[in-house]
Amino acid sequence: MKSLSRCTLAPAALAFAALAVLVMPLAGQQAKPWESIPTPKLHDFKPQQPKRIQLKNGIILFLQEDHELPFVSGSILIPGGARDEDLAKTGLVELYGQAWRTSGTAKLNGDALDDLLEAKAAHIETEGGADSTSVGWDSLKGDADQVFGLALDLFLHPKFNPEKLQLAQQQLAAGIVRRNDDEGEIAQRESAKLVYGTNSPYTRQAELATISAVTIADLNAWHDRTIGGKLIVAVSGDFDPAAMEAKLRAAFEPLPTVKPAPARHDVFAGPKPGVSFINKEDVNQSHIEIVGLGTDRRNPDIPALAVMNEILGGGFASRLFQKVRTELGLAYAVGGGLGFAYDHPATFRVMAMTKSASTVDATKAALAEISGLTSRPFTEDELARAKDNILNSFLFRYDSREKVLSARVRLEYYGYPADYLETYKAGLEKVTVGDLNAVAKKYIHPDHLGVLVVGNGSEIKPGLDELKLGPVQNVDITIPQPGADGKKP
Amino acid sequence: MQSRVFSWFWKGLLALTLAATAWGGAQAQDLKSFEQKITTKVLPNGLTVVICERPEAPVFSFSTFIDAGDVNDPAGDSGLAHMFEHLAFKGTSEIGTNNYEAEKAALAKVEAANNAYEAEYLKSVGRDEAKLADLKKAFKAAEADAHQYVVPNQFTDVAERNGATGVNAFTAMDETVYFWSMPQNRLELWAWLESGRLSDVVPREFYKERDVVMEERRMRTDSSPPGRLIEQFLATAYVAHNYGRSGIGWPSEVGQINATEAMDFHKKYYVGSNIVVSVVGDIKASEALPILERYFSKVPAGPKPADMTTVEPKQFAEKTVVIREATQPMFVEGYHRPDFRDPDEAVYDAISDILSNGRVSRLYRSLVRDQQIAVEVEGFSPFPGDKYPGLYCFFAIPAPQHTTADVATAIHTEIDKLRNADVTDDELAMFKTRTRADLLRGLADNQGLANQLAQYQSRYGDWRELFLQLDKVDKVTKADIRRVANKVFQPSNRTSAWIETVAPPKAANAQKDGGAQ
Repeated sequence: MKSLSRCTLAPAALAFAALAVLVMPLAGQQAKPWESIPTPKLHDFKPQQPKRIQLKNGIILFLQEDHELPFVSGSILIPGGARDEDLAKTGLVELYGQAWRTSGTAKLNGDALDDLLEAKAAHIETEGGADSTSVGWDSLKGDADQVFGLALDLFLHPKFNPEKLQLAQQQLAAGIVRRNDDEGEIAQRESAKLVYGTNSPYTRQAELATISAVTIADLNAWHDRTIGGKLIVAVSGDFDPAAMEAKLRAAFEPLPTVKPAPARHDVFAGPKPGVSFINKEDVNQSHIEIVGLGTDRRNPDIPALAVMNEILGGGFASRLFQKVRTELGLAYAVGGGLGFAYDHPATFRVMAMTKSASTVDATKAALAEISGLTSRPFTEDELARAKDNILNSFLFRYDSREKVLSARVRLEYYGYPADYLETYKAGLEKVTVGDLNAVAKKYIHPDHLGVLVVGNGSEIKPGLDELKLGPVQNVDITIPQPGADGKKP
Repeated sequence: MQSRVFSWFWKGLLALTLAATAWGGAQAQDLKSFEQKITTKVLPNGLTVVICERPEAPVFSFSTFIDAGDVNDPAGDSGLAHMFEHLAFKGTSEIGTNNYEAEKAALAKVEAANNAYEAEYLKSVGRDEAKLADLKKAFKAAEADAHQYVVPNQFTDVAERNGATGVNAFTAMDETVYFWSMPQNRLELWAWLESGRLSDVVPREFYKERDVVMEERRMRTDSSPPGRLIEQFLATAYVAHNYGRSGIGWPSEVGQINATEAMDFHKKYYVGSNIVVSVVGDIKASEALPILERYFSKVPAGPKPADMTTVEPKQFAEKTVVIREATQPMFVEGYHRPDFRDPDEAVYDAISDILSNGRVSRLYRSLVRDQQIAVEVEGFSPFPGDKYPGLYCFFAIPAPQHTTADVATAIHTEIDKLRNADVTDDELAMFKTRTRADLLRGLADNQGLANQLAQYQSRYGDWRELFLQLDKVDKVTKADIRRVANKVFQPSNRTSAWIETVAPPKAANAQKDGGAQ
């Protein structure tokens, strides 16, 4: 809310990979005083790794000591999330994540839990995510034992309450009826559907009908089903490690042996090439998304792709930023790259927001930079710049104990080696211009990209047919009303 | 609507603190311990540096706080402070150019060409369209000529190649803040870059950047339902003070700002006495201070610019704004309140905490949980700024099937409770406990800490106020809350704005033939 009164130099919402630059041919007479400023040797730094313990039942514990502040926080990560729910009950996991905490336990209902925790400035929260659910807690050191006990009780013995389910349904319903108000939200949601398909586990959306189909029995069944998975318990903060380990062992050793997660059999087709359009009368700026299929992190080409992303659309010096924003002044927000997720292909995504009248110009400019990846060979300067950008800021991936811990949890969860970051960094260092040209050729297919424009049709002149990418497909985003009688859920 | 980080950051601005507390282990984080870690110095040019040693990892973050924001935009030039902020990333006479002498001459021609064009464009009578087209052409030619001397984005490029992360800035009503984080061994390079852009700005690519800012306006305001609502809300709530003016700028004003005006703004407000630079991280004050002194002494000295003297007249008429459009309903209302120096500052925080912090808060329990007429509701202040008298605001998103009128009535009921009965002992104690804990939680982050130190140093003239204000928090009483609620929450002091959903006009369903024309 308050952020509405602020303007920033760069849009915070755009968390794109990285960057690099077009070198200007004119080197010339101008001195470069910054080059003579000494760069002393970086202080020695060995990020403190958390202690990892594997229990006999397969549950993993991580302990990360950090005595800077008198707090203790922790989390339990539970495999299985929204991508595993029933299509007819889409939204179940989100409802579960909300109602779990607000319902509370038989001993202490959610409202009483709120009172107790807030008086101590402590928190316990549950969450339903795309591929996992979680319980997290956080308190001052002196309250840590009690808060952990409460979190554990909530984890093991929730008592789902119909009123809290209904409240969560109401919250989700409000989001559903509002989902076409924000241009950027529409563009991101609908462009992902172009890549993965409408009913894919990665894009299907909750509807008024699917959330009202969710019952208390569904929440209980979900809880019973996922709690037996391979849990990862991570605790950090100001505690005594031996005492904490004993406490965690006592809590988690009695649980049954974990069941492996079932294998997934997702199909990723990628977008049909062409232009799609969604009309929105109340805007004067078009949101352009150019999308394709990305890859996953196990792909050995990831270091080269990361460097390519840096050059294409990372930051201030990227090709997209230089061209579309700095040189053409066509966009405030522009960027993108080929995404990689830990266990499935992410999307290739380039976006730009431009005034209605320059929609075609900006789209063409962005498409030209994408095609340029295969037609305009990378240079040694671009490579050096991109590597500097990534490698010199690499330590910000682990400059706090909290970050080190969450990285380890993530790697553990997706089954990557603990030294993944080091291996990745070594891979980045080895990337050559030849590698860049090769991955661009292998992964960038300008003919296989989908273009989506959300904007004000009456202002978009010239029209999208000027893109010459075939007939423009109008996308219907009408929100389905449940039941023939149109009753609210 | 606000993220946790924002909420924390804004609270921090207002009244957080820490004192000797009962918590074991907290002694490492009290004022005394920070006095050991923090060094401040006012340089001969008036610029204040604050250095905080926090050697957790070999990195540092900085925050450059300029005590000038969009409230300082001259009449007719709304958006100027923000426009200048963008310019501050374009480099200096030493970086961002391949030939500064030639560029300087070329930029003077760009400015002259722009002035000629705009003089013709703004003629209300007798504008010569043919001449205008020629002038536009001449301007474009001058711009293209200057462009040959530009090394685009070299300033940010050098920063990012040296590991800078989170490179950004923001312009608020009251201040402009620049920030990023870097590896610890780049401190001197950073000092060179940062002091350079504060003291030696070049109006490079100014008019292209103005186009970029216009796109930013379209994104944040014109094409965003809450953006439109807030702009209209503030423009209505204020009749005299600049808090009522669009921060990013009215299109006709920000669209006409020229580089000369931006440079004048810089000259007036970017003087040592108006700037605080804070650095937090793995640095030793004994080593860092000489570096900062050497580089930041370059920033011109100058008198501290006078604060704005316009005082918003007392509101005596309740005001409402209704936006009828095809988006879902949304509600905001605000009541004028004093600035951050008011002795009741901590009381406003207490009210916000009790009304809207978490699931125990009164507004959540009443409107969201029990009556189920809203899905989101909060009370917060001050908005849109703290340096001058701002507003105490309520923001709500009605639940489906409920109207903004339902929400307003329910909010007013909660306000009446606050006016007519004391809050409970538990509520008051909870406010004090949470305030302390939130402050503490914020101390373990270089960037957050740097921002807070710079802000407190600038506002209060002493970063210690960040901690010392705990006293004021501790002294808040139930009677204070009732008194302040009665003083501020009066209908005649209120401006409300909401979106009322109407069906889209039929003609709007164009695009039958596939795509825009």
